[in-house]
Amino acid sequence: MTQNSLGDSVVQKTVQAQNNGVAATATQTQPLWLLAEITYRCPLHCAFCYNPTDYDRHTQNELSTEQWIKTLREARKLGAIQLGISGGEPLLRDDIEEIVAEAHKLGYYSNLITSGVGLTEKRIQAFKDGGLDHIQLSMHDITEEINNFITNTRTFELKKKVAAMIKSHGYPMVLNVVIHRYNIGHMKEILEMAEALGADYIELANTQYYGWSLINRNQLMPSKEQVEEAERITNEYRAKSGSNMKIFFVVPDYFADRPKKCMNGWGEVFMIVTANGDVLPCHSARVLPNMKFPNIKDDELGWSWKDSPAFNKYRGDSWMKEPCRNCAEKEKDLGGCRCQTFLLTGDAEAADPVCSLSPHHHIIEQAIEDAKNPQLQAQPIIFRNDKNSKKIISGELEERTKEFHALP
Amino acid sequence: MTSKIETSKMEMTDIYALAPHHRFQWEEAQQSYVILFPEGMVKLHGGAGEVLKRVDGKATVGDIVADLKATFPDAEDIENDILGMFELAAGKFWIRKV
Repeated sequence: MTQNSLGDSVVQKTVQAQNNGVAATATQTQPLWLLAEITYRCPLHCAFCYNPTDYDRHTQNELSTEQWIKTLREARKLGAIQLGISGGEPLLRDDIEEIVAEAHKLGYYSNLITSGVGLTEKRIQAFKDGGLDHIQLSMHDITEEINNFITNTRTFELKKKVAAMIKSHGYPMVLNVVIHRYNIGHMKEILEMAEALGADYIELANTQYYGWSLINRNQLMPSKEQVEEAERITNEYRAKSGSNMKIFFVVPDYFADRPKKCMNGWGEVFMIVTANGDVLPCHSARVLPNMKFPNIKDDELGWSWKDSPAFNKYRGDSWMKEPCRNCAEKEKDLGGCRCQTFLLTGDAEAADPVCSLSPHHHIIEQAIEDAKNPQLQAQPIIFRNDKNSKKIISGELEERTKEFHALP
Repeated sequence: MTSKIETSKMEMTDIYALAPHHRFQWEEAQQSYVILFPEGMVKLHGGAGEVLKRVDGKATVGDIVADLKATFPDAEDIENDILGMFELAAGKFWIRKV
């Protein structure tokens, strides 16, 4: 699961679709996109996972099937249409079949976002019968070596089998490949692999640095030259005649001059309900200080979206400070990402340091330099697993987290 | 480029259907038709929704033009708008020729 796969890239696609002459819009304050982060348990241990580093706190208090169904019903009334069922690995729950069937009855366009681990013929048939609309499968590389290394599991052959299973059940093949230093040199081969698997869509999602990927940033971040070369190869492949595969290349914000319009705006389009029932405007929001997020166990979902102090806090632009407040471009990116800004600067209301106009921009420049430093590169990767999550909660990995605010 | 080549061939006898893995539905909360597909959605405003509603894999482009003219007799010169909508939808791969 990646920040990109249901984050801003999805919105970017939606926003691009607006410019089509039929005045299509997706930017209204309805939670059109509901992400059900249904469990934080996961058989994979990906170094680039955006999930909270303290996820171990949320593995014993998951919502029940009934609570999820109630959430789906209430969100649908608020206007939610696109449903992502994600995690962790959602297939670790045995009630996905029930949830999928309910989503279909309610009229959602539903998407299971999975590593493929746990997908069987029996389960995929039940999803098909229940009306699941598509499955997004994560792939990691063309080589078994890199796949197994970055996920810290032996899952390479399994992923290829699952891809074939998805195709044989008539599902569109939607692949998500998170891009980092270890696979960015294989862009052409990754695209060829996707084509060979019969992919209809492939998302090349450059790692964004939240959660586990942030503490592994020096181990994951490619160079600017590598990113440019990867984009060039992608464009070349796209221009090649005869391919019907839709390719989305999500540009990493660290190498841009302006920040991303994170989540298409706070509380504008996206609503996330986490494994333990927290209702969030974005994946990482719980890192922010002095915020009390609603929870579906205690709070009505309509109130959570429309009126809760947490959702209203960064809606619009009245919260902005300089240099954003009087910036001519502020509506383009709404000052970037509140979570990234807080994690890197300690001030959630500052300009996103990705912006070259931010007084904190040197932090990003330093991060890019650090990722080239052989000594820092050589630090061990902290894989996303329960043991490391416990260590982070207890402060044992402080040397890797102290640089960032509010981690865990 | 591809879409331009395809659309220049559009004939009144052509029949279109919604592209695979796309869904067209009325959204009560938004009071509009939408097209849903993997990783995205498009909200359709009135006229576009009326055209797409009639794309069923059976009716020809000509049938749909005639139906819309009959349904909206006061609308002027809607034929070009309708053909434009077909071209756009085909170019975006929301619909495909059958």
